[in-house]
Order: sequence, then C-alpha cells, then structure tokens
Amino acid sequence: MNVHKAKKIRVLIAKPGLDSHDRGAKIVARALRDAGMEVIYTGLRQTPEQIAETALQEDVDVIGLSILSGAHKTLFPRIMRLLEDQDMTDVMVFAGGIIPEEDIAELKKLGIREIFGPGTPTETIIQYVLENISKKS
Amino acid sequence: MFDEKKVDQLRKERERWEQTTLPNWIKQSKERKGEFKNTSSILIKRLYTPEDIESVDYMRDLGFPGEYPFLRGVHATMYRGRLWTMRQFSGFGTAGQTNKRFKYLLKEGETGLSIAFDYPTILGYDSDDPMGEGEVGICGVAVSSLKDMEVLLNGIPLDKVTTSMTINGPASMLLAMYIGVGDKQGVPREKLGGTTQNDNLKEYFAQKLCIYPPRPAVKLTTDIIEYCTKHLPRWNPISISGYHIREAGASAVQELAFTIYDGISYVESTLERGLKVDDFAQRLSFFFAAHNDFFEEMAKFRAARRIWAKLMKERFHAKNPRSLWMRMHVQTSGCTLTAQQPLNNITRTTIQALSAVLGGTQSLHTNSFDEALALPSEAAVRVALRTQQIIARESGATDTIDPLAGSYYLEALTNEMEKRTFEYIRKVDDMGGAIVAIEKGFFQKEIADSAYKYQKEVDEMKRTIVGVNDYKIEKEEIPIELLRVDPKVEKEQITGFHKMKRERNKKRVEETLDKLRHAAQKDENLMPTMIDAVKAYATIGEINDVLRQVYGEYKELIVI
Repeated sequence: MNVHKAKKIRVLIAKPGLDSHDRGAKIVARALRDAGMEVIYTGLRQTPEQIAETALQEDVDVIGLSILSGAHKTLFPRIMRLLEDQDMTDVMVFAGGIIPEEDIAELKKLGIREIFGPGTPTETIIQYVLENISKKS
Repeated sequence: MFDEKKVDQLRKERERWEQTTLPNWIKQSKERKGEFKNTSSILIKRLYTPEDIESVDYMRDLGFPGEYPFLRGVHATMYRGRLWTMRQFSGFGTAGQTNKRFKYLLKEGETGLSIAFDYPTILGYDSDDPMGEGEVGICGVAVSSLKDMEVLLNGIPLDKVTTSMTINGPASMLLAMYIGVGDKQGVPREKLGGTTQNDNLKEYFAQKLCIYPPRPAVKLTTDIIEYCTKHLPRWNPISISGYHIREAGASAVQELAFTIYDGISYVESTLERGLKVDDFAQRLSFFFAAHNDFFEEMAKFRAARRIWAKLMKERFHAKNPRSLWMRMHVQTSGCTLTAQQPLNNITRTTIQALSAVLGGTQSLHTNSFDEALALPSEAAVRVALRTQQIIARESGATDTIDPLAGSYYLEALTNEMEKRTFEYIRKVDDMGGAIVAIEKGFFQKEIADSAYKYQKEVDEMKRTIVGVNDYKIEKEEIPIELLRVDPKVEKEQITGFHKMKRERNKKRVEETLDKLRHAAQKDENLMPTMIDAVKAYATIGEINDVLRQVYGEYKELIVI
C-alpha cells in the first residue's frame, strides 16, 4: 500500500528501561524508514522524561516503545502521563518487546494502541501505522 | 588427504553425475530454492565430496585431540573422560530467592553456578537508584553490596562449586565481592574457581551495557586478568563473548571474527602490562552462541579452536600448549526462541545444544522453552537441564571424540569459516584495532545490517521460522505457566539495602573509596583497593560513582 502524503509520517522509536536488547527497535526503525517514514531513534535507556521531550521537540505523529526488561508496568504509565501533560494524546503510541499477555489490557487502557510481540513481521507494524494514521487524518 | 589421481577421477565422475543422473531428477522435482545459504551467506553446495577438502592435510589441519591445532578438541579424551559443565544461567529477585534456585539446581545435578544480575547491578546502580525503578530483581538478582553476595552464596562451598558471573562494567566489584565471601568462608584465594565475563569490548557493539568509555573499560578488564594471573590461578578472568554479538544479529562468521578480534585485543592489552603470554593465555575463555543451523554452528566451534591456536602460536608466540587452547562455554541462542508454540523451543534447543556438544564445548547452557515470554519457570529450567543430560547420557554423541570430523561438508565449512574470519581480522587490523572499529561504528553497522537482512528473510518467507511465519496456529492459547517476579521484591531489596547502609562503618567506606579514587587517578591496578572497598561494604553505586567521576560516562554511538 502506498499512502502519498504531503508530509512524511514522523515516528519516534524509543527504548525506555535499562535493558539493551535493541535489535528489535532498530529493525523496526529501519523498516519504517524504508517504508517512507521519518524515523527518529534515540538509543538505549531513555527515561520517560527524555522520551516525552523528544516526542515534543520532534513533533512526532507516532511513538514506538520497545522494552524487554519487564519494567513496562512502571515506565509506560509514566510516559503516557507525560504525553498527556504535553497535550500529545493524539500521538499514536504502540509498543513491542517481551510483554506478557496478561499485561496487555492494562497497557491498552493507558492509551497504548497496540502491542507487537516477538515474531511480528515488520510489514504488520508498517501496515498498522499507515492504516491508523490515515484513520486519524 | 586424498590421493590426487583419485580426486581427479572423482571430479570426472561428479561432472558425469551432474550431466546424466542429476538433470532428470531436477526436472521431475525442482529444488526447493534457487540457492541455499547459511546465516554467514556462505553458499551451500548441493553435494560435498572429497574434492572440497582436497587441500586438507590431516596432521596440519585437523590433528589429534589435545594437540595443535586443537580442531578436534582441547582435551585428549574429551567427553569420554569428563562431560562438559552443565551450567544454567540464573538469577532473579532478591539474593535469598536466587540462593534457593541455586541450591535447587545443584540438587538436580547441575555442576556449576552461573549468576544473572539485574540491570541496575550490571549498570553500576544501587537498588535504590531512581534509574533502576521497576528493574530491581527483575531480569536477574539484585546485588548492591557484599551483604547481598553473602546471602546469595550462603551455604555454597566456594572451594567446591565454580561460579560464572555475567558481569562486565562492574566485573571487578563483583569479583571483589566473591573474594570477600571466599575470605569469610576461609577458602584460600588460589582455590576460588569460576569466571567473570569481563569482556567490555563487546559491550559497545553487542550487549550494550556500558558504563565507561571503551578505553577505561578495557583497562578494568585488563586489571582483572592481571590480578587473577597473580592471585587467582583457578579463575577465568574473562569470557570473551560472541554470544551477545550473535544475539544482536551477527552472522556466525561475524560472531566468530569479532569475538576472536576482541580476544586479540585483550591479549595485547595484557602484554602491555608486562605479563608474558604464557603466564595468562591459558586462563582466557570464550563464550559462543549455538544458533539454528546445525552444521554452520558446528563448523564455527571447530574453526574457532583452530583459529585461536594459530593466532596464539603465530601472532603471539605462545609456547605452552595450554596457551593455545580455546576453551569455550556455549549457550543455545535466545533469539531463536519463539513466543508462538513455545514447546517447539525444546526441539530447537536440543538441536542447538547438540551442535555445541559435537563442536566440542567445555560448558553449556540450554535455554528454557518459555524464555521468549518471561524468565524461566522451574519446570522449564528442568527440561532445559534434562536436554543436556539426555544428550550426554542417551544420545551416544559423547562416546567418541569429534564424531563428525571428516564429513566433506563440515570440514569444507570449517575451512570457509576460518578463511572469512581471517579476512575480518585483517580488516580490523588495518582499521587500527577493535576500539577504533567501535568508534567508527564498524562492528555496529555490520551487525545491524545482518540483523535487518535476517528479519527481511523471515518477513519475505525466504527463511522459515516454524510457528511464526509458517505452520502457525491462529488464536493460540499459551499452555504454560510463567514465572512472575513479585513487584514487592524491589521494596524488600531496598529495605535490606538501607539497613546494611545504616549498620556499616561509614568512615571505613569513605577511606576505602578515597583510596580507590587515587588508584584510579594514578592508573594503578584497581583490584586490591576494590577488594578493600567492597569488604567495607561500599556499594556498587558508590564505587561506580567514583569511577564515573574519574573515567567519565559512555555516550552511545547510535548505528541503525
């Protein structure tokens, strides 16, 4: 699918938490970039404050959070709160990593739109972003 | 290895076969792929014959086990004598909880311990540091001071059990704590056996748990090598690790080449201290991954031994045969585990573990089938350990040494792995060494490209992952029970930590930290002052703060 937009979709791929498993985050960053989006990847161990700040500075449409350390239940609520404080609830947030099934409902309640587990094809993520962005606009 | 005339004859026969028998078969049933390649992008031929190992000279290239070039194994009896060490990496929650798991594993027949630390510990933060909120005791055990280490090793005799610690930046601190516990148990330091991972170079492009910039980090690594050479003769001061390089996405050849290059760098940094190569080389150990491709992995393990022996002999002029040994630990590949149909991971792990055994490893960790979902449960860990025991006791793979040697395919692949590794070694040599390659992002880019390529192959169905891109089950119920670390662990750990801080002699802590600072500023070996500081119950965070002030902090070079 080719969505031609005047403005490129801007995506922030961010890794909160202390873990260093960035293989997935980097692959997703590159796949979204290859799909024509503007991707900002900020590297490992970003605090919730840094992530929210970058999202604001870079004026992104989408944020992809990747975490494999198990600290998502501590960090995701904080990130979502900071985005809300910055009036950025229209930004689409998705997440990936090692996130147990039973945590997903709780995370979605926070406003995280989708959780992509291990083994998700990059195409699924690209499609998801494209379709949900077009719904918004 | 073969008579020249006979190989010529064979060549003609092979060509005849390709022109007569083969085409009809291909016409009837086309081959599944246009080309067959392994992760190292080595083109796999349809058939291997003596032609492919024509140039192999048995004594020069294979030799006998326990003799140069050690391709067939570092020990002359291999598993007919002693089996490999079955060492399961474990750690979670508080030191008390992990101590219980250790005792369980030892009771179940494990022969060595392997400690997984939590992220705050690995990154040099105390359990109460805000950076570590939500991470304490989650992915490993929290160890903030000697107090935690005492609880962790309570009731475990350090003169009988060997312990491997996956720790890099703060390796000297954790080793100092281990020594501290040994001292309390009355175990002489020369009897302490184990391994500190202590491979800081690979952190910058693979595991990425860095605290300091690369140069001081290598200094700390070298401190441990030097100290252990002089005081802890049974300790493996370093485990030069390809595992994380592979997990970050490298191919088998890249894993092999970059790991061996790191090894070269540590030999050089230790020689610079004035030690002789034969004083320390025999204690260097290695750590590799066992990924999915059975033959590629076996070839990698075998090639690794020959390459290292050659380098130690020709590049570093080691004389002691033991200096030429590459002793290795292998872990089955975590990134091959699937969250989908997790029981299939038992099969994957079995094949991977078998490649490590047939590749002649000295030590093995088998992953648990539930690890793509969470930390392993006790039941899953047991299956993983049993997998090793089945290979060891039932499969017959351990009855003879290097049983697949002489396979045309395996030997040809082993040679190809070696050739490509030496190409990489030359490239990094020309670049100016490992640290320069890191600063240029060379390793990072190579790995990121391989990782992306692998994922593309999976996405485009060029590479099948059973249960993920093929043979899928829609709406799968996960039939296994997962281990969850109780969030109360963090509070419990912090409470204990604060209690320890109140009870220790604060003045003594400050004195020892001051001495450590001076030693760091004067570029002395930090181990002696580190041991004093740790024994005064200085914490991981306090010690790292001192070193962060002296060395500065590493800023990630982002390479996508």
